[in-house]
Amino acid sequence: MNDLALRVREHIIRMATDGGCFIGASLSCADLLVYLYSEVLNVSPDRVHDPDRDYLLLSKGHDVPALYGTLAELGYFPKDRLKNHLRTNDSIYWHPNRAVPGVEFHSGSLGHLLSVGIGIAMDLKLRKASNRVFVLLGDGELNEGSVWEGMLTAAAYKLDNMIAIVDRNEFQANIRTEALIPLEPLSPKFEAMGWNAVRTDGHDFEALHRAFSELPNESKRSNEPKKPTVIIADTVRGKGLPGIERRADRWFVNFTHDEIRMLLEELHGNAQARLTSDTLMVR
Amino acid sequence: MKTYEEVLQDCALADDRIVVMTAENRAAIRTLPPQLGERFIDVGIAEQTMIGAAAGLALRGRIPIVHALATFLTLRAFEFIRDDVGIAGLPVKLVGGVPGFLSDGNGPTHQAIEDISLMRGIPNMQVFAPADMDDLASTLPTILNSPHPCYIRYPASTPTQVERTVYDIGRSEHVANGNDVTILTYGFLLREALVAKRILEQHSISAGVIDVRWLKPFDWEGILPLVRHSGLAVTFEDHFLTGGLFSILSEALVRNELSVPVLPIALEERWFKPGLLPDVLAFEGFTGAHLAERIRARFDKRPLSPKRTVHQEAVGIG
Repeated sequence: MNDLALRVREHIIRMATDGGCFIGASLSCADLLVYLYSEVLNVSPDRVHDPDRDYLLLSKGHDVPALYGTLAELGYFPKDRLKNHLRTNDSIYWHPNRAVPGVEFHSGSLGHLLSVGIGIAMDLKLRKASNRVFVLLGDGELNEGSVWEGMLTAAAYKLDNMIAIVDRNEFQANIRTEALIPLEPLSPKFEAMGWNAVRTDGHDFEALHRAFSELPNESKRSNEPKKPTVIIADTVRGKGLPGIERRADRWFVNFTHDEIRMLLEELHGNAQARLTSDTLMVR
Repeated sequence: MKTYEEVLQDCALADDRIVVMTAENRAAIRTLPPQLGERFIDVGIAEQTMIGAAAGLALRGRIPIVHALATFLTLRAFEFIRDDVGIAGLPVKLVGGVPGFLSDGNGPTHQAIEDISLMRGIPNMQVFAPADMDDLASTLPTILNSPHPCYIRYPASTPTQVERTVYDIGRSEHVANGNDVTILTYGFLLREALVAKRILEQHSISAGVIDVRWLKPFDWEGILPLVRHSGLAVTFEDHFLTGGLFSILSEALVRNELSVPVLPIALEERWFKPGLLPDVLAFEGFTGAHLAERIRARFDKRPLSPKRTVHQEAVGIG
């Protein structure tokens, strides 16, 4: 998984030029997505339409380079297709599109996909199916009231087949979450809304393994109160590139080709990139 | 004649894809929870979550039909309708309660008089405004079978006593013949339009009446030939002037390079006075008598010339 995560980060970095991408949030959830697709989700490239698959919804859609990198590496579509980023001959752009194999639903406006996930989870309950719905939320996204509406509804309908994952990189677009709309203590908020809450390191695969092993499984489901679960994954925005980690101004970036070469070197532990691009862009 | 609720129940019991949802507004569906069991989903007062969840259910092959007051549905949850239902093109059916004047004494927060304008702007969204329960209940099975999303203006319960020939999607009903003026309307105001027709007859003005029914798809093939052969078209609606039937007819006329005088009767840049429905109609000048008076005044003041254009009417030139 470490190798896979490294290759996914290479894809993310390569998408940060010729128009750019939201690199910080993509790098923070890269390990989460690699772990989910490698160890958790019951889905594969030949089962993207299988009604018995697990669903993963990317609610903070601007981190889609991490998803596309993961899906391409795992064979959902050819890696060459990533070169079509922002080309009008394909559907690979700054937010997810269902035209790309493996993408369950589009997003872009924050606070939507928890409720879409609730609908999927409700249908699975109606059919007494055992597959699950995972929804990746941004921490800044928790500012949106619709997320809290969804929390109440998911708990009310006892959707123990729903797992929200918060990419807790501590930043929203241009500012630290705690400096703007503080979220901590976060686990008790979910717990008070009727959810199981698990907190974990979002980059350490061993820690993720321990966290996800606490999910309600078939045998547990019958005995315990039926609740949705949130995994709050502590992450670092820009993870993997020390030069941009935790930098408020490295949210949306559009680097030169030279800078991309230097960043790829930096990713592999070599010299830190010298970045000259003015990359503070508000989108 | 079965009610909306009875027809919906029949459809849902015959087709387990149908899921009835509400954001804790059960007025139209009170008897359904025990009939449908888990396929009746009330998310509480949470319109956004209802629409998102409806999209999720539709992704799994369900046909959700959701219920909320028309304002909260189309305004509070607008972006969810646009993004999660509209962009994905999912067959979610949206039923808006107490639209237009039917919100009675609730006040401007509850006045859905931009709902048609908003909903018709969403690609592939159908917009249905039946005049009464007969039309709604009879058309409902076809709507549920359509692959497109649909917004339904839930009508008043009073029957219009109109003899209907069509219950199709996108077809209007030519309710009454008349050569001097053609009144186009939708929803319960059809009743007032028929009253106006009778009054105008006494003044030797022959008025045709069209129940538009569908604002989208708009039945321009059925409506434009009638409109162009009468001396005046009147659009009569409990909606803002902007974006409703007047706009739709104007667009259809311009697109078809037709020049027809149009008298728009709608709410112009304002909300309406809250009160009981008959009083609201009287205060706002939307009774059949008012409508007849407006049309008569128009005939008296300005003898009609077929050369007048829609644009001139709209801005009051000439």
